[in-house]
Amino acid sequence: MPAVVETLDAVASVTEGGYKWGFSTDIEMDMAPKGLNEDIIRLISARKNEPEWLLAWRLKAYAAWLKMEEPDWAMVHHAPIDYQDLHYYAAPKKKPGPKSLDEVDPELLKMYEKLGIPLKERAILAGVEPEEGERLPIAIDAVFDSVSVATTFRDTLAKSGVIFCPISEAVLEHPELVQKYLGSVVPAGDNYFAALNSAVFTDGSFVFIPKGVRCPMELSTYFRINARNTGQFERTLIIVEDGGHVSYLEGCTAPQRDENQLHAAVVELVAMDDATIKYSTVQNWYPGDANGVGGIYNFVTKRGACRGARSKISWTQVETGSAITWKYPSCILQGDDSVGEFYSVAVTTNMQQADTGTKMIHIGKNTRSTIISKGISAGRSNNTYRGLVRVLPKADNARNFTQCDSLLIGDKCGAHTVPYIETRNASAKLEHEATTSKISDDQLFYCRSRGLSQEDAVGMIVNGFCREVLKELPMEFAVEAQKLLAVSLEGSVG
Amino acid sequence: MLEIKGLEAAIGDKQILRGIDLVVPSGEVHAIMGPNGSGKSTLSYVLSGRPGYDVTGGTATFDDKDLLAMEPEARAALGVFLAFQYPVELPGVGNANFLRTALNAQRRARGEAEMPATDFLKFARAEMKRLSMPDDMLKRNVNVGFSGGEKKRNEVLQMALLKPRIAILDETDSGLDIDALKIVAEGVNTQRGPNFSALVITHYQRLLDYIVPDRVHVLSAGRIIRSGGPELAHELEANGYAGIVAEAA
Repeated sequence: MPAVVETLDAVASVTEGGYKWGFSTDIEMDMAPKGLNEDIIRLISARKNEPEWLLAWRLKAYAAWLKMEEPDWAMVHHAPIDYQDLHYYAAPKKKPGPKSLDEVDPELLKMYEKLGIPLKERAILAGVEPEEGERLPIAIDAVFDSVSVATTFRDTLAKSGVIFCPISEAVLEHPELVQKYLGSVVPAGDNYFAALNSAVFTDGSFVFIPKGVRCPMELSTYFRINARNTGQFERTLIIVEDGGHVSYLEGCTAPQRDENQLHAAVVELVAMDDATIKYSTVQNWYPGDANGVGGIYNFVTKRGACRGARSKISWTQVETGSAITWKYPSCILQGDDSVGEFYSVAVTTNMQQADTGTKMIHIGKNTRSTIISKGISAGRSNNTYRGLVRVLPKADNARNFTQCDSLLIGDKCGAHTVPYIETRNASAKLEHEATTSKISDDQLFYCRSRGLSQEDAVGMIVNGFCREVLKELPMEFAVEAQKLLAVSLEGSVG
Repeated sequence: MLEIKGLEAAIGDKQILRGIDLVVPSGEVHAIMGPNGSGKSTLSYVLSGRPGYDVTGGTATFDDKDLLAMEPEARAALGVFLAFQYPVELPGVGNANFLRTALNAQRRARGEAEMPATDFLKFARAEMKRLSMPDDMLKRNVNVGFSGGEKKRNEVLQMALLKPRIAILDETDSGLDIDALKIVAEGVNTQRGPNFSALVITHYQRLLDYIVPDRVHVLSAGRIIRSGGPELAHELEANGYAGIVAEAA
């Protein structure tokens, strides 16, 4: 669809190295004072008109967080984070929340246009049906700092019973669903960053696919951190009932800032009997400059529960941004015959640090999981795959296949692979393959002797290296991700 | 026309080419023969711009353009093609995608319109049919899992699609059985014409039975020590390099 072409153009219009999404938008903001305490949490809850149970849940998470220590087992290094020096709530002024695109601040719309996000589907919103044969459009939720600013195609989706809305709205309009599932996959006290998120999360997307419904279009959320000294703590909850199916995409960018910004999101997925969830991420938060100044600290907890028999959850991620990435999208394979998949491309350049991987927890019988991880390191960056495959006693005939490939560009970067395998059932079959390679001078010269520029040659070789993962992305995203990979690695060779 | 004058090149402090003079007029096929270590492969790499070789003297021009001042990709766009002795594997990169990207990069560099994907596939299939190559060659990853013969045939296919004005074949015949050799030779012969020239680097006379050269040059210790017609190759085959090398010394 044309909107996707716009997105591609935004990426393709790149003419020089560096981060292309580094502009900030001048919008009047409603900010909470800096710092974190019970009053701030009460303020966030009040701003969102939340029911009492949710405030209580937040306060409990906060109490748990106070007793926890920031984890230090990941292979990442950073100066201590001053949690009192952040704004925990920042929203564009002009409330209450917009009900249609016309109510959205035009500055915001301009920003999304710059990002190439297909937000302005006005014709379709006005009821103009897509032409015959045209690909079904993508419904989008756009989250700006702490609030969701626009969600498209909601009416179209509602016709098939699909709920797609900001989670803050779901809390008010579908409290029974939110209360039942929130924290059911990632409990409030799960880990340090999840507890922090549970205490202060401000917005995010909510998706509900009822029994037997195949979501008629791709759902997508774009996250943007804009305000200075602001943390973004979004919370996404996706529930797919028996036999339902959804494909969900997530994209992220941030302005170029000298200071580090904190992003601590939680994503929870629930798949019931025969349900399928495909969750794709293209993460392109600002990575900091060549000397490691600035950039997003991305501490994210993503977990999916395959609760039902024959359910399937598939994570695909392309991670090119952030100064630090700490992220392990996982699957709890509880239902018999359930399937978990993790396909990952993580690129680090300059001073970036990524510690990312997955956890596959096999609980039910005949559960299967696949892990394909491709790490690309350039500059002085460090890229770690960390993964856990655990087979519990009742998981008869569990299967896992893991493949971890690392590609090094230059001689000052690092690639590390840390696989953990624990099995308590003798019938389990687990395979692990790993390779480390470099882009060779021979490969580069071969491509150049055929007419490709050095940059195009690197892009082509890297995309070839990542092919198994990229082919898992929805088609439009795959093209975008390919260009993003090439752009991210510009100037990293020679 | 390729004109090489007094070309000297070294790797580090090891001098390899010690003053090569060679002219290959458009439309002609020249063979470079010589013993191992005489500088044959170095000559092909220096002409195509491989990093790591220091040109320490002399010039090389193609149609009066200074080849040595150009990046490898610019030489490719100008029409210089190197068929590799050891073609390189590119895992995950489809052959069709690679070839189309290369072709269009060259066309862009020359200010020509890019060839759309559908036209390219038609064009590629036609060329492959001519070279008796199976269709799946396009679908496979570049040189990955190819046999030695398949790799060389893939080089010839690339040459057929990129339509260079001068092809440098660096021991393309090494490791080929007679059938593969014929296909490679056929690939070169079909390109022959007034706007195509070739520098065929080989250790053995055998390839020259199928690609009959206009001129044969003998390279030894970084210099051309003798030049002649196709009969020179037969003389070398009968008597070996030793006699000629001793004579020149």
